[in-house]
Amino acid sequence: MSNEAAVVEKVQEVVKAPAEPLLSKRRKKIVSDPLSEDNPITVQVLGICSALAVTVKMEPTLVMSVAVVFVIVFSNLIISLLRNTIPNRVRIIVQLAVIATLVTLVSEVLKAYYYDMFKVLSVFVGLIITNCIVMGRLEAYAMGNKPYDSILDGLGSGFGYAWIILTVAFFRELLGSGSIFDFKIFEAVGWYSFPNNGLMVDPVGAFMVLGILIWVQRTKTGYVEH
Amino acid sequence: MEAFNIALRGIFIDNMIFAYFLGMCSFLAVSKKVSTALGLGLAVIFVLSITVPVNWLLQEFILKEGALSWLGADFATIDLTFLQFIMFIAVIASMVQLVEMVIEKVSPALYGSLGIFLPLIAVNCAILGSSLFMVQRDYTIVEATSFGFGSGVGFFLAIVALAAIREKLKYSRVPNGLKGLGITMLITGLMGLAFKSFIGIAL
Repeated sequence: MSNEAAVVEKVQEVVKAPAEPLLSKRRKKIVSDPLSEDNPITVQVLGICSALAVTVKMEPTLVMSVAVVFVIVFSNLIISLLRNTIPNRVRIIVQLAVIATLVTLVSEVLKAYYYDMFKVLSVFVGLIITNCIVMGRLEAYAMGNKPYDSILDGLGSGFGYAWIILTVAFFRELLGSGSIFDFKIFEAVGWYSFPNNGLMVDPVGAFMVLGILIWVQRTKTGYVEH
Repeated sequence: MEAFNIALRGIFIDNMIFAYFLGMCSFLAVSKKVSTALGLGLAVIFVLSITVPVNWLLQEFILKEGALSWLGADFATIDLTFLQFIMFIAVIASMVQLVEMVIEKVSPALYGSLGIFLPLIAVNCAILGSSLFMVQRDYTIVEATSFGFGSGVGFFLAIVALAAIREKLKYSRVPNGLKGLGITMLITGLMGLAFKSFIGIAL
């Protein structure tokens, strides 16, 4: 494999093949695949823990999404830059160290500028470290691909994760608290007697919403698990 | 008595899976057969009962603000809390490695049956989560140990129960899109409802 790659590189050197455009078809696919057909949550079953825990309200969910996208993209970039120097036997520890450093960064920034949100998310900021999506992308992609592609891959997976948890949060906040981003939507349209569904605020509601979302999404993409 | 209550709460009321969604990845991935679920559950109990007290010692004597005062008065103002994540995850990863080596030496049979699940535990959110909760709730070392054990047993119960249900589920007709993950999420939700009934118990 590495021989082949070396040969290809040599040929490219001689002919000076034109560089691949920044957003070629292949690269667009790297970003768009995890959004639906290869979604990290609904298809690959990764990163479920945090997907459920923070989705009671939209706002913490949005903060969480941003944090996860940041961590995935930058850990992908760093590992991809280091991929040829990391000894295979200690790669897990190296990956964990890179992720933990980035997560510490996120958590310190949140603590400094957004303390209320830091309290709401509590341990779940730290748990981005063990979010399987991040580890999964490092293992499966960044260890064997170039930095720019790895960034795109990180963006794709990050947004694939983000839109699912934002959708779950949308339904949970709408039905559980009758609001969107803490804006009382039902009261605004004059429906004061809207019954808040306590089940949706509860963990149980998260399982139900995600279960149904997976059903809808898989029916659309035609993915069947055996 | 307090320690006993904490363990009991960890098992039933503050169950790692049903109340905090921690360790969901392995919970969903390894719950297809009861025998493997048993193996993973036992390994989690084992690792949790070790890592939570060890991390407690780390937090108390190295990381906490002023924790280094045992080194001398000069160190009394140092606050290393920002190193918490890295230290904890390093402890967990190395503990898992250690446990793996010990089990391999002492009981090759158990090692064989646990197989790949041991290394997987290093990235199980329930393990890191328990350590973080332990810090947040200011437990003493006895409480921390019983909390670790209790959370482990809670995870064990949940995963074995789900695996048993999923084994039975093979004989029922599930809509195509709902097969696998979808129906498992719904079942977990229903199990969570059942676990809700423990909430009223005052400890």
